[in-house]
Formats: sequence, structure tokens, C-alpha cells
Amino acid sequence: MKALSKIYIFIIFFFLYVPIAVLVFFSFNNSKSRSVWSGFTLKWYYRLFQNQQILSALSNTIIIAIVSSLLATIIGTMAAVGIMNMNKLVKKTVMNITNLPMVNPEIVTGVSLMLLFVFIYNKFGILKPGMATLILAHTTFCLPYVILSVMPKLRLMDVSLYEAAQDLGCAPAVAFGKAVIPQVMPGILSGMMMAFTLSIDDFVISYFTSGNTQTLPIVIYSMTRKIVSPEINALSTMLFVVVLSLLLIVNFKQIKEISKRKATTPTKGVNAN
Amino acid sequence: MIRRLTCLFISTLFIIILPFIFCINCEAKSSRTTINVYNWGEYISNGVDGTLDINKEFTKKTGIEVNYTTFQSNEEMFAKLSSGGADYDVIIPSDYMIGRLIENNMLQKLDFSKLSNYGLIDDKFKNLSYDPNNEYSVPYTWGLVGIFYNKKMVSEPEQEISWDILWEPKYAEKILMFDNARDAFNISLIRQGKSINSTNKNDWYGAGEDLKNQKPLVQAYVMDQIFDKMGNEEAALAPYYAGDAPLLMRSNSNIGFVIPKQGTMMFVDAMCIPIGSKHPTEAHQYIDFMCSTEIAKANIEYIGYSTPQKEVKELLDPEISQNDIYYPPEESFKNIEAIKNLPNEINILLDSLWIEVKTGKSGGLVQLVIVLLIFIAIYVFVLLNKRKLNKGLK
Repeated sequence: MKALSKIYIFIIFFFLYVPIAVLVFFSFNNSKSRSVWSGFTLKWYYRLFQNQQILSALSNTIIIAIVSSLLATIIGTMAAVGIMNMNKLVKKTVMNITNLPMVNPEIVTGVSLMLLFVFIYNKFGILKPGMATLILAHTTFCLPYVILSVMPKLRLMDVSLYEAAQDLGCAPAVAFGKAVIPQVMPGILSGMMMAFTLSIDDFVISYFTSGNTQTLPIVIYSMTRKIVSPEINALSTMLFVVVLSLLLIVNFKQIKEISKRKATTPTKGVNAN
Repeated sequence: MIRRLTCLFISTLFIIILPFIFCINCEAKSSRTTINVYNWGEYISNGVDGTLDINKEFTKKTGIEVNYTTFQSNEEMFAKLSSGGADYDVIIPSDYMIGRLIENNMLQKLDFSKLSNYGLIDDKFKNLSYDPNNEYSVPYTWGLVGIFYNKKMVSEPEQEISWDILWEPKYAEKILMFDNARDAFNISLIRQGKSINSTNKNDWYGAGEDLKNQKPLVQAYVMDQIFDKMGNEEAALAPYYAGDAPLLMRSNSNIGFVIPKQGTMMFVDAMCIPIGSKHPTEAHQYIDFMCSTEIAKANIEYIGYSTPQKEVKELLDPEISQNDIYYPPEESFKNIEAIKNLPNEINILLDSLWIEVKTGKSGGLVQLVIVLLIFIAIYVFVLLNKRKLNKGLK
């Protein structure tokens, strides 16, 4: 049974990581072929930094991802706190409404956002499709993910801490910042990370709302008429390494912190999480 | 601690994007005009590996910034342009799409007095069927469609290869075909000796039948995957654009390219200015710049397709300019037809026939409805019995 479960886990990791391994492997391939190995090279990495189109698309993508994930995190966290304090029926309704952008097919969201932006632009002359609309659109579809990852942490939170903080003389806002936010921080962080990655790889919604701006997925798609250049492999490899190292750092620090906490407060198990 | 982690995360991201933000600020500061150019992906010399960066060169010469963006197919470009969300100053679609844009009143008439280099364009590529009076477009590149074949796997000598070889049972499962309705149908029409711009519905029905007969022999309907499949010798025969021959032949020396004697189709990609362009004067400057000999030469050497510019052709490596694949002799042009925009009803017919070819049946609305109904029934059942199911699980 144990062997079986090991094999099962191995298969899962195999399917998850082999594509990435192949991608990394071929970013060092000397020819443009996606299946024949013809020698080691770093030229794709070198070329990547010469290719203005890819670089500007990358910078667009990253700016949009950062701004929209931050916006989504702030709005989402506030929304989650608000929803927690609603009565049962309203809570359910509001949750369903906020989940709509997530269950809605992307194409519907994309087209409807495009129609809205074009309408506003034609009618009022503001919000020309481009960077600003992309950020708005990405914030919109990232929101439910942030709410969904903050909500469980809020539910697990010890309400008495917040009350105790107020008892000890904190104004509600301060108590919120000192007692609530730290407790739900892991949820906020993971929501932000999720929003960030979702925003980076979104194609459909960006495609409809981008105007004259191009994000990375759109540029990569437009390359498929000829052959997608291994520069993209090189770029993806670098993105992967950056994200992986960020995750590792965060996780290691968290583990360290937990063991430290255990060392200082050995008997008082404060909370389940 | 966690706050520190957040700071770390945000600051790392910030450091990564800092140079880019800086870049953008520089651009934003300059009060120069920016034109929006919309071209095919991988279709301009971009400064990689010592080639000329044409857009940068243009900015250097004229002081006009270029916001260069790319599309993957003509249809994608059309959708973007007609959605109204974006305004472009120069677009570079293909022949039949130019025809469609003209029909829809989406292109501006060009002011040829502003295009001093227009005279350098070969007369062969002026007044083509998609733009009969040549009022709207200036050719960018052109090329022919032919057959890539693997010399080891195909026994026929080169001269005997015709479009019929793609219907040869001997090569079953070794044939690749265009994953693009118009190109696939055109091959069948040429094979049957019909016009690729036929307005007779029966011709298109016939071609559809023909493609259905071919389907069992076809390994896959692909576009850019032919580079891999032909390079690895997974397939023996594939029709594709002549301009991509150098790339493929470099990856595998056994690959040959032939343009069948029955004739073939010619595509032309041309520069146009859409209605709604905010900077038509600068757009004309850009088009003229692209036609100048030095720039067009650098561009065509990077792209690998054929150039419509006379002077450039003279300057090219004789190995290319004398090569019948890229620049076929004058007399063979009577066998070559340019692709034109089809009437709407034929376009609709073409789409539905293509779906039939690829799925093997006419799109079954009934099946779709049944599947949907079953899905909804299950969903409703789960919803209604949620409590019971939950209890059962507990």
C-alpha cells in the first residue's frame, strides 16, 4: 500500500514537472527544433535581452500583474472581512456574486469587459483600452481568488484576540491591524501570489481588453505562425526560477518561524493553524 | 516577521521590474508621436543577432516612436480592428483580408505622392485582384505555396511531384496538411484544375469531398508543427510556404521543396492604413521607409520570404534571387493565382465544409443539446440532494 502511494505521488509529480523540465532543457538547445538536441548554448538567453518586443511585453505583463494583484489583494481582503460579518443569507448571496467572475467562462468575461470599455471610451472618451483597462480587468478576475483564500483564515481566526486588543485600549482600526491582519496574513499572501500568477498567464481576457498594448501571452501566441522561438523557453525558465526561489524563501522562513514559535511557547497551543 | 516577508517579496519584484519601469518612463517623457503598427508575429527584422532593428532605425531617422504589436492570423487582426478597442496606423494583413477590409470600408486610400519609394515595387505586384486599382495597399512580402518532401521517404523524382501526391495512399499517415481552411481548400481546387477564387458553390463542395477522401491519409492538420514533424522525419510530405524553406532545410538536409507544375497560389502581405488612424502622415512615412532599398533588404533577409521590391531583388544573394522557389521565372506566373476575398456566402460555406472535413460530420446541434441537458440534470440533482449526499459522506 505504501509502495502504491509512493508510485502515485511519483506519477503526479512526474506529470506536473516533466513539461517544465523539457522546457528548461530545450532553452539550452542550439537549434530551433523542439525535439532534436543539437548542442548546448546560451544564445537564446542572450537574444532574449536583445528582443525589444518580448521585453516590452514582459514589462507590461509584470507591471499589470503587480498592480492588479496588489489591488485585488487590498479589495479582496476588505471584502472578505466585510462578508465575514454579514448575516447568513446575505453572506451566501454576496459570496455567490463574488464567485461569479471565477465560474464565468473567461471568454464571456473578456468580451463583456471589452464591450464595456469600448462603450465607455466611445461615450466619454476616457479609459482608452490599454494598460489601464488591462489592470482593471485583471483585478476583476483575480478578486474572487483572493477572497476565497482569505475567508478560511478569517473563519479560523480567534475573534477574542481582536476583542482583547480593544479591551487593552486599541482603537478598532489599530486592533484590526495588530490582531486581525497578522493572523490572516498567510491567506492574504497566498491570495496575492495566486492573483499574481493568474494575471501573468491570462490570455483570453487580456486579448479582448488590451487595445494597442500587448502582454507576453499574446506575443507568444502571435509567434506560433512560424515557430515559437526558444527565446520564450529561456524567458519561461527565468520566470520559473524566480517564482520558485521566491516560494522557497517564503516557505523556509515560515518553517523557521513556526519552529521558533514552538520553542518559545511550548505549552500554549494558541491556535489550530 | 510576515510583514518582513511581504516587504521582501514586493521589493524583489520591484527590483526585477525597475529597469522596465524606467524604460517606460523614458518613453512616456518624450513628447514624440507614436504610431501603432500591427504585423504578423516574427515578421520583421528586430535587431536580434546583429540584424537591423528596423523600428529603432525608423525612430532614429524620423523621431517617430513605433508601438509594434503582432497577430497570429488575419482573422485575429480583423476581429481586433473591428472591435473598436484599438486604433492602428499601419497594418500588414494578407491579400484576401485586404479585400475584405476594403469591402467593409475599413481602409484609407493611400496618398501615393507621399510614397517616394513606391516606384521601386515590381509592377507584377501592383493592381492585384484583391486591390484592383491599387489604392489601398503597398506590398510588403509575397511567396508561393509548395510541397516540402523528405528525399529519403518519397520515391518520386522532384519533377514528378504534383499536388496529387498528397492524395497518394502509399504515403498514408505520412502526409501533413494545412490547418487553415482557405489554404487546404485551395490545394484541392488547384489539383482539380479549378480557380482558387471560384464563386461556384459546386467547386467548393467538390473540394470538400476531396479533402474528406484525403483525411484517412493525413497524419495531422498542422501549422507551425510542420517544422518539428518534418525535421524529425515523422512525416514525409507537407504543403507550406516557400519562405519557410531555408529554416526547414537547415534543420534537416534530406528535406526538399518543390512547387508543383499544376500551378500554385501566391500570397501577398501588404501594408495598409486603416480608417481611424490618428497619424496618417507618419503612417505614410513608415510605409515609405519600409519600401526603401536598404531597409527592405535587411528585412527580407531576416524574414526569408520574397520581396516585391525590384532593387532589393538585384542586391540579394544570387543563390536566392536566381532560385525558382523564391523568384519563379516570369512565364510560370500565368499558373500562379493570387488569393482573393470570397463572397460572404462562399466564406460561410467554406467554414462549415471545413468543420465537416475536420470532425467528419456536420456539426451536430442535437448531440450538443443532449450533452448539455444531461449535464444540467446531474447538476440539478446534486444541488437538490446536497444535504443527503453530505450526510452520506459524513
